[in-house]
Amino acid sequence: MNLHEFYTMGGYAAYVWPAFAVVLGIFGGQWILAKRHRRKIILKIKEVSCDKIIK
Amino acid sequence: MQRLTRYFLVPQQCYRFITDWSPWLTGAFLLTLGYGLIAGLCFAPADYQQGDGFRIIYVHVPSALLAMGIYTIMTTTALISLVFRIKLATLVMQISAPIGASFTFLALITGSLWGKPMWGTWWIWDARLTSVLILFFLYLAFIAVRAAISDPWARDRIAAWMAIIGFINIPIIHYSVLWWNTLHQGATLTVFNPSIAPSMLYPLLSMIIAFALFYLILLCQRLCADILYQERKAAWVQEILHELT
Repeated sequence: MNLHEFYTMGGYAAYVWPAFAVVLGIFGGQWILAKRHRRKIILKIKEVSCDKIIK
Repeated sequence: MQRLTRYFLVPQQCYRFITDWSPWLTGAFLLTLGYGLIAGLCFAPADYQQGDGFRIIYVHVPSALLAMGIYTIMTTTALISLVFRIKLATLVMQISAPIGASFTFLALITGSLWGKPMWGTWWIWDARLTSVLILFFLYLAFIAVRAAISDPWARDRIAAWMAIIGFINIPIIHYSVLWWNTLHQGATLTVFNPSIAPSMLYPLLSMIIAFALFYLILLCQRLCADILYQERKAAWVQEILHELT
């Protein structure tokens, strides 16, 4: 397979590349959401701990 | 066995187990994904009927398998949660739902992108496609019910029952291509006699493993965070938080 064939995917580029792009996009989104969720939980626990110390 | 049980029943042990194994999971995921993408897109030969359009198989089949697999995990954990009241099982069930929904969404979108050039239509009310769409709605209903009920005990029980009842759809999806005359092709992968050449099969298997590992990575990340929150009053959590700062 040469570079041109790779890009055009034998005329199916309009279907093949969006399929892979949407998968990588969703994967990236899920990864970011999971990281954000963890950060949010840690901040939440820290806030509770700080409140207890202040009280 | 006793050691393994202890790992998953004691939150602290479970947290340590997950954090110890997470880098290995990520490494294996990147390796299998890399091999699957390169071999699937560059080295696998074009299909004699579908040409290069068949390469969508490398994201469509793993998404569809994971969509069904994750729902099966949800049903199993729902049963464990109802019978043994294990908090970890409830957490796995709860965390798996949005991940499963996204894999089902991917299966529908990539299937549609495959269907247009092969069947000439983006969508058809075919038995396989419709049953997968129902699976997507089951995931959404599960998430909505959990979000709508504020009482944790009732929420977990109702969600668990929903997951168990919805499981009836999984064999329907699997056997739909045999039970009904559908436009969707039959199973490409069977355990003993896969109807696909090895040069196409190995990248596909690699992608299936990569997708499964990605599910495990997401599950572990969310599980770690939720275990920390559930056990926030415990001394070991405070120690971990201290380590993190």
